Amino acid sequence: MSDTFIFGMEVFLNGLMAGVLYALVALGFVLIYKASGIFNYAQGVMALFAAMTLVGIMEGRVPFSHLINAIFGTHIHHFGWHLPAVFGILFTVAVMAGFAWCVQKFIFRHLVGQEPIILFMATIGLAYFLEGFGDLMWGSDIKKLDVGLPQGINLLIDETTFGWFGYGFFIDNLDLVATVIAALLVISLIIFAQYTKQGRAMRAVADDHQAALSVGISLNFIWVMVWTLAGFVALVAGIMWGTKSGVQFSLSLIALKALPVLMLGGFTSIPGAIVGGLIIGVGEKMFEFLVGPLVGGATENWFAYVLALLFLVFRPQGLFGEKIIERV
Amino acid sequence: MFYREAGDFKTTYKDDNQTFPIKFDRYRYYAVMFAAFAVIPFLINDYWVNAIFLPFLIYAIAAIGLNILVGYCGQVSLGTGGFMAVGAYACYKLMTGFPEINLFFHIIISGGITAFVCVLFGLPSLRIKGFYLAVATLAAQFFLVWLFNRVPWFYNYSASGQINSPERSLFDITITGPNADAWAKYLFCLVFLTVLALIARNLTRGTIGRTWMAIRDMDIAAEIIGVNPLKAKISAFAVSGFFVGVSGALFFSVYLGAVEVGEVFGINKSFLVLFMIIIGGLGSIFGSFAGAAFLVLLPVLLKNVLVGGLGWPTDLAAHLEFLIIGALIVIFLIAEPHGLAQLWRVAKEKLRLWPFPH
Repeated sequence: MSDTFIFGMEVFLNGLMAGVLYALVALGFVLIYKASGIFNYAQGVMALFAAMTLVGIMEGRVPFSHLINAIFGTHIHHFGWHLPAVFGILFTVAVMAGFAWCVQKFIFRHLVGQEPIILFMATIGLAYFLEGFGDLMWGSDIKKLDVGLPQGINLLIDETTFGWFGYGFFIDNLDLVATVIAALLVISLIIFAQYTKQGRAMRAVADDHQAALSVGISLNFIWVMVWTLAGFVALVAGIMWGTKSGVQFSLSLIALKALPVLMLGGFTSIPGAIVGGLIIGVGEKMFEFLVGPLVGGATENWFAYVLALLFLVFRPQGLFGEKIIERV
Repeated sequence: MFYREAGDFKTTYKDDNQTFPIKFDRYRYYAVMFAAFAVIPFLINDYWVNAIFLPFLIYAIAAIGLNILVGYCGQVSLGTGGFMAVGAYACYKLMTGFPEINLFFHIIISGGITAFVCVLFGLPSLRIKGFYLAVATLAAQFFLVWLFNRVPWFYNYSASGQINSPERSLFDITITGPNADAWAKYLFCLVFLTVLALIARNLTRGTIGRTWMAIRDMDIAAEIIGVNPLKAKISAFAVSGFFVGVSGALFFSVYLGAVEVGEVFGINKSFLVLFMIIIGGLGSIFGSFAGAAFLVLLPVLLKNVLVGGLGWPTDLAAHLEFLIIGALIVIFLIAEPHGLAQLWRVAKEKLRLWPFPH
């Protein structure tokens, strides 16, 4: 077996792992889009904000300490405690729920019935707001996030593949854990949507707002719930990416990676988000591996978009999206 | 009291069709033009030009361009930064490749090249709509920035990967490079802005502007009444691309002088120009000016008050700026979707009746 083929296989596997993480972010988009027709650009910043809050709570940082220090001339920064990860995650989920409520109450309640593109631009505004707010609250330094996930090369895979091919594959433990957690999250979301009362209400709202309203489902409650769920998904994505490369601004850019995933898979489909994520993850890694060296590298920045763009020209609703029917 | 049509008689069709039909508006326009061309150049210094006037003039051109695409034709584009980069790099290649030709023509041709690229990326708009298209234009943004970063031909194989604007002059007055005078740079950009704004205003008032607006309001209905969507959408992309390209060329050659593409023409630039037209007013030429002025002045103001006045650290002020801009976008979309331009219209309507509102 040639070396290129074996390297290619390793790249392929790593691409699959990256794809799972893209799918995880894309899931947050699909949830909100299905239930409320809002295309939430702020999803990536939500992941950043959730991860920042988690670090802040675990390390006992004082919120807005920089602002307080600047105004009152004090020098506070830490409460002086260290919380275990479980409490930190619980608190952060509570914060994200509060955020979901605020977003619904102060922004999207007032924008009901607006055109989708106006809602989209509002979420870009929200993304800017949340970015500034998060930095003001917790500071913009690069934070280390450690919730006890395993990291480093997976020795078992390394040894097994060495035995097979004479070359050990480098697969990060964290990627494996992320894959498992993402799979669990997707399964539990599907179970939630299919078999619980709230999940059924959520699907009803996604189907038809007015019909759902007329059988007594509270749209407001469902929307807050969906934003909370999206916040939770954002937190999980934030933990994965934050553990990998530190909690910093670039984390919010994963939203930009999730957009082509959605275009490929269709905005309305959970399986679409997963398949789209895998295609993009594998596609961009393989493209970088095979074509990248010929054209100067760093093709990962745009490959996903151009793929999605070409794809859309032939199938405007994505792989699994509902057919778009327009009437005058 | 001063702002009314009474007593202003139009005797020819030409009078009736003029840009500012109300006398007060017309005089205000002449006064602004007089101040901009004959008063300000004598008063400004380097700080004012570089901090406020040049960014305002250049962003206003970009905002008008984007407003034609988003506000008039309804095709949301998030690729403005990438298209400005096309203008900048086209201008750079022309300036270094044909130094004997006038800078003025270089900038016009850069606009033309950008228009062509913009049309290429606008072609999918015939198939995809709404935010599918918005996301598709992100492809242009990322691809173009990558292209200018990675292909050495575009930056003439310079070691730093930057492009630097060589010194060029017009009528023996230096316009670009470090030795250019503040007033010369200001006037050069002002001429472009004035001419382009007049063109935009008249395009949007004419047949082509009406087809754009028909497409924006409902494309299928427009198609049924005989508007050619291919022509309307492509022409909007082309005109918008030309404006954005000119602004990118000016931004590089006159304003900054040296450009690193990822930093200057990144995705944030696209959002900044989009925010200008949301705050200023979608579908309004005046709104483009107002939005550009607002978003150029706000950071300067915040910086002067917070860092200069209260002694806060700069990073804190920068975070607060993000927060305020984000909040303003949301507030404008909720409370006044037509932006500052609508506030201005309401004010004018009030002024017409003042001081006797009944």
